[in-house]
Amino acid sequence: MSILLAASAEGDGFVSPGPKDFEFPGIFSPDSWFTKPILIVIVAALLVGVLFYLAARRASVVPSKGQFAGESLYGFVRNDIALDAIGHRDGMRFVPYLATLFSFIAVMNIAGIIPLVQFPASSRIAFPLVLAVIAWVIYLYLGIKKHGFVKYFKDMMFPAGIPWPVYILLAPIEFFSTVIVRPLTLTLRLTFNMFAGHLVLLLFVLGGEYLLVDYGGAVGIVAGSVSIFGSIVLTFFEGFVQLLQAYVFTLLTALYIGGALADEH
Amino acid sequence: MLATGALTTAVLAAGAAEPSPLKPHTAEIIVGLVAFVLLFLFLRAKVFPVFEKAYADRAAAIEGGIKRAEEAQAEANAALEQYKAQLAEARAEAARIRDEAREQGKQIVDELTAEARETAARIMARGEEQLAAERQQVVTQLRGEIGRLAVELAERVVGESLADEDRQRRVVDRFLAELEQGEPSGTAS
Repeated sequence: MSILLAASAEGDGFVSPGPKDFEFPGIFSPDSWFTKPILIVIVAALLVGVLFYLAARRASVVPSKGQFAGESLYGFVRNDIALDAIGHRDGMRFVPYLATLFSFIAVMNIAGIIPLVQFPASSRIAFPLVLAVIAWVIYLYLGIKKHGFVKYFKDMMFPAGIPWPVYILLAPIEFFSTVIVRPLTLTLRLTFNMFAGHLVLLLFVLGGEYLLVDYGGAVGIVAGSVSIFGSIVLTFFEGFVQLLQAYVFTLLTALYIGGALADEH
Repeated sequence: MLATGALTTAVLAAGAAEPSPLKPHTAEIIVGLVAFVLLFLFLRAKVFPVFEKAYADRAAAIEGGIKRAEEAQAEANAALEQYKAQLAEARAEAARIRDEAREQGKQIVDELTAEARETAARIMARGEEQLAAERQQVVTQLRGEIGRLAVELAERVVGESLADEDRQRRVVDRFLAELEQGEPSGTAS
């Protein structure tokens, strides 16, 4: 930190990465809507679609390697997320949605550590927001459809078996939590995990480059090497976080759906 | 102090100029929504049913294989039981036949022995009978002959002079000699 501070204080030195590094000009013209994150999202969707299609194209009882990989991913979401969180009675209906959700988020996230791409599209808040709003609409719709509007909110805000004074606190908290906080936390958790991860990687890579090239000297070379090496380790860690966050987003969505369909809140 | 102050100012200035990461872009919302919905519709139509079918087929194939194996096992067990039963039956049959044969053999031997004994008894009886008949015949014949001879001898004795003891003896000797020469058949036995 002292090096960074010194550099900043000198004025001509290192400019630390920040939110500006998450803004891209249009690819073909600077003001166009067609930016790098948008291209990444389109390619991610196409990639997921094509890979799954190839895996399923010549599906047979004895699977090929591709089919096995596709089936494993699908089977993971099916058995370990959908059926576990929603239950065997209703879970199967949501497997296609949850499997799409998981693979789409995972590929958007992983784009952050793919060489040359190196930007997690899901650090742009619009994409997680869209997915969270879809989840929000689905679970509210399912809950209201299953229990009726009044009963759904009554069960949510006034769960049975609690002394009535507690409801004064509990009812607004439950309502707030289910209707407002859930989509917000889904969005913000994914966005800023990716945002922070990418920022840290940028810091290590750009800082290392600055130390090695511009700062120089024994201190610069040693610290820069450590920083670059750290960025490699962090890249693997980021890969783990990216898959984990895709899993968390999908699992929470499944849990919200399961909660909406549950007989008792 | 000076450095910190400068840094704070710089950060503040940069913060004011920098875009907020909390502000969603309309284009990104549209692209994200369209990409996700299209991807979902495509995968739900073309990919996931195939996987589900592969699961079902595989489960069916494995269950079918297990069922077939169980059936084959049951069949083999049934055949084994049948063979064992047949083998036991055959063994019992063989034992029965052996016993029967032994009994039959014993019976045959008994029968033959009895027959032989009977035959021997019959032969002996016939021999005795024959012997008795012959003896009877001889006795009858002898009785006749002796009578005739006695008469003949008496005639001779009466016809010759009976005074002389020598003559008497000669007569008897001659008679006996004639008897030996002339009538061999009558005294053969």
